[in-house]
Amino acid sequence: MESKFKVNTEGKWYDNVDLAWRMNEYDEFAVEQAVQVKDQVGEADVTVLSIGIDKVKETMKKALAMGCDRGVHVNDDASYAKDPFEIASIIAAFARDKGFDLIFTGMQSQDRGSAQVGVLVAEMLGLPSVSTIVDFAFDNGQITAKRELEGGLRAIIKTQAPALLTCQLGLNTPRYPTLPNIMKAKKKELLTLEVATLLQDGARQETVKMYVPEKKGGGLVLEGDVGAIADQLVQILKEKTGVLA
Amino acid sequence: MKTLLVAEYREGALLNATYELVAFAEKLGAESAMFLVGSDTALPKYDGTLYLADVAQAGEFNPAVHKQLLLDVIAKEQPELIVFSHSSYGWDLAPRVALALNAAQISEVVDVAGNTFVVPACNAKLRRDLQSKTAQTVVTLQGGAFGLSAEPSGTPKVEKIETATASPLEFGGYEAVEKGGVDLTKAEIIVSAGRGIGKAENLEMISQLAEALGGEYGASRPVVDAEWAEHNRQIGTTGQTVSPKLYVACGISGAIQHLAGMKKSEFIIAINTDKDAPIGEVADVLAVADLKELVPALTERIQKL
Ligand SMILES: Cc1cc2nc3c(=O)[nH]c(=O)nc-3n(C[C@H](O)[C@H](O)[C@H](O)COP(=O)(O)OP(=O)(O)OC[C@H]3O[C@@H](n4cnc5c(N)ncnc54)[C@H](O)[C@@H]3O)c2cc1C
Repeated sequence: MESKFKVNTEGKWYDNVDLAWRMNEYDEFAVEQAVQVKDQVGEADVTVLSIGIDKVKETMKKALAMGCDRGVHVNDDASYAKDPFEIASIIAAFARDKGFDLIFTGMQSQDRGSAQVGVLVAEMLGLPSVSTIVDFAFDNGQITAKRELEGGLRAIIKTQAPALLTCQLGLNTPRYPTLPNIMKAKKKELLTLEVATLLQDGARQETVKMYVPEKKGGGLVLEGDVGAIADQLVQILKEKTGVLA
Repeated sequence: MKTLLVAEYREGALLNATYELVAFAEKLGAESAMFLVGSDTALPKYDGTLYLADVAQAGEFNPAVHKQLLLDVIAKEQPELIVFSHSSYGWDLAPRVALALNAAQISEVVDVAGNTFVVPACNAKLRRDLQSKTAQTVVTLQGGAFGLSAEPSGTPKVEKIETATASPLEFGGYEAVEKGGVDLTKAEIIVSAGRGIGKAENLEMISQLAEALGGEYGASRPVVDAEWAEHNRQIGTTGQTVSPKLYVACGISGAIQHLAGMKKSEFIIAINTDKDAPIGEVADVLAVADLKELVPALTERIQKL
């Protein structure tokens, strides 16, 4: 994330203007995993869902070009103000009667990073869930997943579909949509639902304010000509560290 | 205020992050009790009630069972706050408990003042102040955000608990990511490559700088995930924790999971095109430059010395 974030006028979220939009990094692994299962089992139907302003359709088109069969856009101009519980409620309300065998979500979003939504959806639907997976195998409804723990350790977990999995970075290698697939994606179904039809409950937490944290690190900042910076760094290495001795 | 602290145990040992929960309660000036699925051979140093479930029965990873055990204790203790670490254990279990309690969950808390919780957003570039709207609140704490003022001490009053809940998940044991090759924890100088290197071929200039300095090269997670570098080069919570004399972070933004693995380095130089990159918070020197120009220029100068 290298974007320049600015807090919006309301002071509770960041400004959308001037930001380049892309799919949440963790979700790319979720989309790829769903498409891989489809490739594996042949007869499968993959729905991709996204909540937000009209612009999220662009992101969904990428998912469709990666191989999802249909998109569901839950139209919500105020999704940024919703808490994880509300977002999960919307997804669960949509999924409840659809009989999905597998639901993949990112383990968290890049902006909020709550790591709650996937697990909440599963609990709302009464499905088993495995979070933070870095490996996934599917055999006739039998799931073997590896969850990532700290320090290079993984836990092997087995469960049975229907189930929900939250996807961690590195789970797979998300494919780049090819031009023919981008063209095909344009013809795929992209349904829009209004958020009010899915959301019944209210938020359980509220944002008092969003702000840029005070800078604490009083480190030296070098800027300008690259050659001059390199000279300064050599000097610093000599004076401040023993490594060039 | 009453809190319930959810301690962590793995592979026969109590995790140290448990004491960060104690520090959090201390900072709030709150009363606390502790919950642990563990063993009475590895008890926390803690003065207070410890609700202990035997790991031999409840399993180290078994969310449905741990959730039920916790709900039983919560029903008895009626805590206002249920406190987890924001760890692979905590972020998995916390939402399950929060939903069952109809409670708000506030994730990755870095600070607290009264009923306002501070959490990071957008890779620590922004922060949010959050408040719960429910009577009980579940929180997870960012690793390292809360520290005890003194060495942990005390002896818990143990209350054994158990449940007969069935689990839809079967735990098949642990697997360690392949070790071997380089051991970065022993390196005195590490030059690390982040996603900012742009492509696999550019790892070469990072390893050349490392070599010129007489050190090893490391990497951030995306570089390892993209298979530009081996996992044994990864620095961070899910890789190695290092504390070399010199750490040079090239094209690394400074996500908390990366910082956790290198912030104890003696001297940190960051090379980044973004002057506001969070890595600047821990760096002794931040060189605002394109690494593709600066790294070779620096290597050349060092080689000439
Ligand atoms: C549970 C969990 C565990 C994780 N464990 C780890 C871990 O162990 N280790 C780890 O590293 N990450 C880990 N992560 C991922 C972490 O959150 C970040 O996504 C990751 O550290 C980002 O890597 P990066 O800084 O290389 O990439 P980015 O965040 O994409 O940053 C790239 C940086 O390069 C700079 N840049 C771009 N081009 C140039 C250029 N030409 N010259 C100079 N600078 C440039 C940009 O300004 C930016 O600051 C984990 C995440 C989770 C959720």
